[in-house]
Amino acid sequence: MKLSSRSASGALRRWSFFLLLGCLLPFGAQAAELLTFDGLYKSNTVLGLKFADRTLALKGQTVRLRGYMAPPLKPESNFFVLTHEPVAICPFCSSDAEWPVDIVVVYADKAVIPTNFSVRIEVEGTLEVGSFIDPTTGFVSQLRLRDSVFHKIN
Amino acid sequence: MRFTCLPIVAAVCAATLALPASAQTIFPLGHAEILAGSRFDLKVEFPAVVDAGAARLTINGKDAASVLGRKPELIEREDGKDVSSLILRGASLSKPGQYTVTASDGSHSKTVVWNVYGTKTKPAAKNVILFIGDGFSIAQRTAARMLSKGYEDGKLKGKLAMDEMPYMALLTTQGTDSIVTDSANAAHAYTTGHKSCVNALGVYCSRAANSLDHPKVETIAELAKRQGLAVGAVTNSEIEDATPASMVSHTRRRSDYNDIVKMFYDSKIDVMMGGGSPNFLPKSTPGSKRTDDVDYIEQFKSAGYNFVTTKTEMNAAASDAKTTRLLGLYNTGNVDGALDLKFLKKGTVSKFPDQPDVVEEMKAAIKVLSRNKKGFVLMVESARIDKYAHSLDPERSIYDAIMLDDAVKAAKDWAKANGNNTMILVTADHTHPVSIIGTVNDDAPGEDMRNKVGTYEDAGFPNYPAPDADGYPDKVDVSRRVRMVFGTYPDYYETFRPYMDGENVPAIKNADGVMVANEKYKDVPGAVFRVGNLPNKGARAANQGVHSGDDVILTAMGPGADKVHGQLENSDLFRIMAEALALSPQGKAAK
Repeated sequence: MKLSSRSASGALRRWSFFLLLGCLLPFGAQAAELLTFDGLYKSNTVLGLKFADRTLALKGQTVRLRGYMAPPLKPESNFFVLTHEPVAICPFCSSDAEWPVDIVVVYADKAVIPTNFSVRIEVEGTLEVGSFIDPTTGFVSQLRLRDSVFHKIN
Repeated sequence: MRFTCLPIVAAVCAATLALPASAQTIFPLGHAEILAGSRFDLKVEFPAVVDAGAARLTINGKDAASVLGRKPELIEREDGKDVSSLILRGASLSKPGQYTVTASDGSHSKTVVWNVYGTKTKPAAKNVILFIGDGFSIAQRTAARMLSKGYEDGKLKGKLAMDEMPYMALLTTQGTDSIVTDSANAAHAYTTGHKSCVNALGVYCSRAANSLDHPKVETIAELAKRQGLAVGAVTNSEIEDATPASMVSHTRRRSDYNDIVKMFYDSKIDVMMGGGSPNFLPKSTPGSKRTDDVDYIEQFKSAGYNFVTTKTEMNAAASDAKTTRLLGLYNTGNVDGALDLKFLKKGTVSKFPDQPDVVEEMKAAIKVLSRNKKGFVLMVESARIDKYAHSLDPERSIYDAIMLDDAVKAAKDWAKANGNNTMILVTADHTHPVSIIGTVNDDAPGEDMRNKVGTYEDAGFPNYPAPDADGYPDKVDVSRRVRMVFGTYPDYYETFRPYMDGENVPAIKNADGVMVANEKYKDVPGAVFRVGNLPNKGARAANQGVHSGDDVILTAMGPGADKVHGQLENSDLFRIMAEALALSPQGKAAK
């Protein structure tokens, strides 16, 4: 687990949290908080998404999230889109026009070797919140996981 | 404009003799039918660099500048490449007739002929309502009748509203690039009267590098606004999607959603409804798909639009006599189709529980638009007939065809009660390779689902319950159901059943970039694997069914509709509407 340390008191609070979590979890369980797609937002309306309080509270921290890797927009990229359900990409669409709104962009440490897009994966990375435009693809995202690792789950 | 080959530039002229033999391209292309007074960009693309002294453009033998009133600009190196182009934006020809256009680079010349037509000064129709069932083919039409009317003694118990219209024609849908088209180019033909290519809206497909730089042609929305008419577009797709976008857009690339939102705003058409809100939100708003900080919701509100996000708000706004401009965005993506919206409650219905259907959108749009005493043009699209045909989901596609017919019925009723001066056109933009081949009978003997497929006399009649007042059976997973088959498909698992848990997703890309069957359906009882018949690798790998190039049916009624008969080009539909509304700009509108 990575810990960012913006302030000593913040770090202390997080340590306390994870110490507490560690007591509750069985030995060997992962300590990073597991978020769910449904829990990322408190509302999803025509006028936009509102982040859940928990999502905002975990900004900058290492979290886990389960979903499906969408086919990469660019080969040999360290960037992919994680979606709630498997996404079938529109063959005519080269932009982000056809994507669902509640996606999370994942930046891995190294170039991503695509996985089976119908197999659920778990990603662990540092949660980043706020609008961001990927410089190489122009893809707009609101939530990202940085320095991520991922693996298949059953 | 007249560029002649003077002795002083003889060397340049000599150089042009060494140009490649490929001819220049002139836009609008040959055989173009151009509404007198409508605006278009004239462009000549030379296959190499041409000196200003060598380029020559004439119209009916006269210098083009003298005919068009302005001189085309020579772009010596278009987009930095070794090719020259002549461009004149916003040209128009007010006098009907045949125009012979010749472009020469000094050694090679190319000639095209345009037909410029005028319209009467007095309109035959006050209003036009153009219904587009996206991908609406014969099979969905037949199935819509079957489910919403039923049979007795071998005859239908009723007709669709769109069947009971006096005029009918077959439209061909090919474009300038292909025998099979897409929704952008197809709708463009209806809204501009020009043929173009796949993915293009309101432009000819030139070699311009930027999707927004291609030669533009004026849309019916722009022409109608110039005449002072009200204009609307309502759909259950995203409002930026190809069909509604064709009313206002000029781009080579239909996926330019952010630009298309700006084009909707700039057009100031009076009513817009559909899904697709993320491209209206500034990038700082979570859920936005914009790349800038423009808040188009606020922009529309400032421009006097009543903005609504639910059916309840829509009805309230439309009923308010003061509302003359209405923007309705009911979903972040597409508005849910009829089967999900009304019966199964799948899709995004739980997130957006108060979405209007296309019929309700249309009724609200007519209320608002008819406040303009000069009349209106309204496009009504049932978009997901196509989207569900792509996803090989017959029942959802058929239910949305029923919804289209309900909208046609409501429009006919309105037209009858309001002066019988509305032209109503019902058509599709393109087809899908779909066909009704019989039924699936769960009670037939045997285990294999294929042996439950009833063909010929074994098909009999399906046993859907009697339809509700809107023509929908309230149960779709009946024991003997219609069998609509698809002629094109990726690898997928055929289940022989309706998709009760949500829209079918037949195939997805695997880790090697190959489209493979979605294993979600592998364990559905009776599911069988089908090897696809479409490309599964490369840029054109298909994860769904594709369009077909069959003709589409156009049915029509109202003043001016008598021109709908026989076989027509899809682009002819524009002329029929333009003539009915007398859209050729005259007087103030011509300026």
